[in-house]
Amino acid sequence: MLEMRNVAKMVGGEYHIHPTNLAFDRGSLNVLLGPTLSGKTSLMRLMAGLDRPTSGSVYFDGADVTGVAVQKRNVAMVYQQFINYPALTVYENIASPMRIAGKDAPTIDREVRKAAELLRLTPYLDRTPLNLSGGQQQRTALARALVKNASLVLMDEPLANLDYKLREELREELPKIFAQSGAIFVYATTEPSEALLLGGNTATLSEGRITQFGPTIEVYRRPADLVTAKTFADPPLNFIDVVKSGGSFRYQEADSLAVPPHLSGVPDGPVTIAFHPHHLGLTAQTGNAARVKAQTQISEITGSESFVHMHYNGVRWVMLAPGIHDIDPDTEIELYLDTRHLMAFGTDGRAIAAAA
Amino acid sequence: MARITLDHIRHAYGPNPKSDAAYALREVDHEWADGGAYALLGPSGCGKTTLLNIISGLLQPSHGRILFDGKDVTHLSTQERNIAQVFQFPVIYDTMTVYDNLAFPLRNRGIAEPDVDRRVREMLEIIDLSDWSNRKAQRLTADQKQKISLGRGLVRNDVNAILFDEPLTVIDPHMKWVLRSQLKRFHKQFGFTMVYVTHDQTEALTFADKVVVMYDGEIVQIGTPAELFERPSHTFVGYFIGSPGMNVIPAEIHGSTIKLEAGTIALDYAPKLAAGGRIELGIRPEFIRIGREGIPVTVTRIEDIGRRRIVRASLGGQPIAIVVSEDAEVPAEPRVTFDPVALNIYANSWRVGREA
Amino acid sequence: MEKTWNNKAWFLVLPVLLLVAFSAAIPLMTVVNYSVQDTFGNNAFFWAGTDWFDDILHSARFWEALQRNLLFSFIILALEIPLGIFIALNMPKKGLGVPVCLVLMALPLLIPWNVVGTIWQVFGRVDIGLLGHTLAALGIDYNYVRDPLDAWITVVVMDVWHWTSLVVLLCYAGLVSIPDAYYQAAKIDGASRWSVFRYIQLPKMKRVLLIAVLLRFMDSFMIYTEPFVVTGGGPGNSTTFLSIDLVKTAVGQFDLGPAAAMSIVYFLIILLLSWIFYTVMTSSDADN
Repeated sequence: MLEMRNVAKMVGGEYHIHPTNLAFDRGSLNVLLGPTLSGKTSLMRLMAGLDRPTSGSVYFDGADVTGVAVQKRNVAMVYQQFINYPALTVYENIASPMRIAGKDAPTIDREVRKAAELLRLTPYLDRTPLNLSGGQQQRTALARALVKNASLVLMDEPLANLDYKLREELREELPKIFAQSGAIFVYATTEPSEALLLGGNTATLSEGRITQFGPTIEVYRRPADLVTAKTFADPPLNFIDVVKSGGSFRYQEADSLAVPPHLSGVPDGPVTIAFHPHHLGLTAQTGNAARVKAQTQISEITGSESFVHMHYNGVRWVMLAPGIHDIDPDTEIELYLDTRHLMAFGTDGRAIAAAA
Repeated sequence: MARITLDHIRHAYGPNPKSDAAYALREVDHEWADGGAYALLGPSGCGKTTLLNIISGLLQPSHGRILFDGKDVTHLSTQERNIAQVFQFPVIYDTMTVYDNLAFPLRNRGIAEPDVDRRVREMLEIIDLSDWSNRKAQRLTADQKQKISLGRGLVRNDVNAILFDEPLTVIDPHMKWVLRSQLKRFHKQFGFTMVYVTHDQTEALTFADKVVVMYDGEIVQIGTPAELFERPSHTFVGYFIGSPGMNVIPAEIHGSTIKLEAGTIALDYAPKLAAGGRIELGIRPEFIRIGREGIPVTVTRIEDIGRRRIVRASLGGQPIAIVVSEDAEVPAEPRVTFDPVALNIYANSWRVGREA
Repeated sequence: MEKTWNNKAWFLVLPVLLLVAFSAAIPLMTVVNYSVQDTFGNNAFFWAGTDWFDDILHSARFWEALQRNLLFSFIILALEIPLGIFIALNMPKKGLGVPVCLVLMALPLLIPWNVVGTIWQVFGRVDIGLLGHTLAALGIDYNYVRDPLDAWITVVVMDVWHWTSLVVLLCYAGLVSIPDAYYQAAKIDGASRWSVFRYIQLPKMKRVLLIAVLLRFMDSFMIYTEPFVVTGGGPGNSTTFLSIDLVKTAVGQFDLGPAAAMSIVYFLIILLLSWIFYTVMTSSDADN
């Protein structure tokens, strides 16, 4: 188990990482999700022992490893750039950490072939990395990290430089590979969809702070605050500031929505409600959909679905609707909002009652 | 703005190509309409960047001609072609202010200062950087820098076409949404001819009126996002577009009946097939219904990716993906039915038409 | 980039620290010690206070030598930096020409100072030197032993020949790191050759130029070997730079006190001027 207790990192009098408490179990996959410069890499460097925390301690399996050099820890890292030994074959690249560790030849051969099979690199073992595609190069780097048999594997946006379709395939494979290994995996990404595809646990980061940590789908469905909700939404969330009074949410006296049952416990007063773009639709999918009117801006069509950007009383919204809807700009359209999935946040940004 | 004619263009990087395989671009012969938004979509190494560089004039094709509005520009330099280009990594002039960056292409062309001022201010307004006009461009965020490189193209009113080379690669997911819809709005507003190179299907489909799918140096299909989604003319298009891609299942055709390992499906027409060849059925995961009717499947895994779930199943030993909504139920003994209008038949990977 | 934290690093650096202590700090302390004392030999020293410093700062000989140094460094920078940039801009960026050019450029840098001096001393001699003889045959009156201007030209040309390569190599390294997209964008924006240089190449070379200017300034300000070998500081005192004057005082006249004081002043001047250069050249980064 990897534990960070009150770990903070200050550089030049400013917090790069605010005091953080985190615990990752053995055999778990943990996603660090946040935009560029939110502190994902800094946090990973603290976990690896590449940086020493300004305060707090890092524990591994109960032992304090704060200040233990990275070479002495059993850590493997995979970076966004494909880092391999250019002069060595794929086989030798994968074998290199075991050669350094002084393993015997039959063990090395067995482990290399196993990892190559797992990452579908067997046909390329005799090639050098420069004769491989980006995906194959990154799989080589991954294989090297796996055979190291490290107890902690850190991956910093490992798929960011790969083609979209390759990313999709690797995202599907990685959780299976991770499940077989038993190590602690930490995976940094800027993309919410990647976190969802990987599953496991997710810690959302914003400005050097962990805003929430839990099972990925839980964090997505029940964000603890507005910042987390915004970080973990792609396409972006839609917001509307309302005032709850009794059984309705009022918006600047112009419109009102009936409060759905799961939000009935929200106290009267100002509330921010949020919902995902696919909970808006052009047709009512359920009985309790609320009708709203909005001005269209631009429609984007993906082939099977449409993203319609619009203004609702001056607020920017996006709708993701199945089918092809190329609606002219500045058209007033009627929409149905599936209120079963509304989220509500108080004026302090904390979630009041999460969507069902 | 101009109509772009690609007249039998072939390109090889080495001299005297011996075989077809030596060509990075096999044969491209198309005409792109004035004011159209085109996306070149394909995996790395498919020739999309080669084609873009031929259009921009950075590369001379080995064979064939390129025409703007019927005028041969094959041997004209990039400047003489009057195109604008936005690159993968934002290109800005670090030492200049935002204002001067935008004024640069105008001043280079000797435009009078009052005109420059008027157009630059207009452009600052459009790209939403008016408040930043006197700042040094160096300190801006990646998305702001990318807007400046776009602005430098848009500010000239003599451009024939605007070319984009994976312009959103370094942009955070949230800003991607904003920039993408802005691009789309500019296109509607100004009617430029735009060519956009990407490996990301979402970007290609949402941006373009017509998507050009490339594979291995060839164009495999040009179509609207809907055509590519519903009627992929090659199994590669089916795989590459859509996430997950189209299910391709080995099949036999008997008259108007499709025979699979696991069962039979009726077609409302009899595909006309030449004798021999590999026959496959293509069906997108979105068009498979899971319920209590149809052909039995074994569910192997369900991935909850937030707004929808991907059911991984085995259909008579053949792995398939099915997309269901977040609220949908998967019954205990699941069976599947295929939406008849979404069935596509492929002979040797190419789609067989409905027409008799 | 943050530095990796590791206690062991200190042990690795320790030998270097000791070496620096022996080679720099201890001699420097000795010099400081000498600079405030006087001696009549026999290891008898007397406290002299700031007398030597007063003497130095009020001696015309010191100020003249300093002026020569400043003029020399100014000329060297004014010639070598633009010339170095110009050559770097015109060097091939790919193909066989790259290694050929790099080796050619590195050649002068591989020759020791005194050898460079000797080469030019012989080269320039009117009686047997190729250059001197040729110039004389062309009817040009050139004699670095007699004419102060000729002596200056010889020393300057020699330094340019020896050290411009350094500027070229540094600038070249800066230039090849500029992505192609910048040049393509500039073409598309219709930029002139000058604009490309002014707005793309120069800003991207700025860091290496700063290093080049500092290195060339410090080196040229400390110039000793070449003029010593070629002109010996003459004719008259026309090429007697601070370093040469210092050696004359210390080794020639064995005036250790004044020489020590002079070297401290010399050291402080280099430090001050380098700091000014550095501050001026990096200040534009901070104006945002």
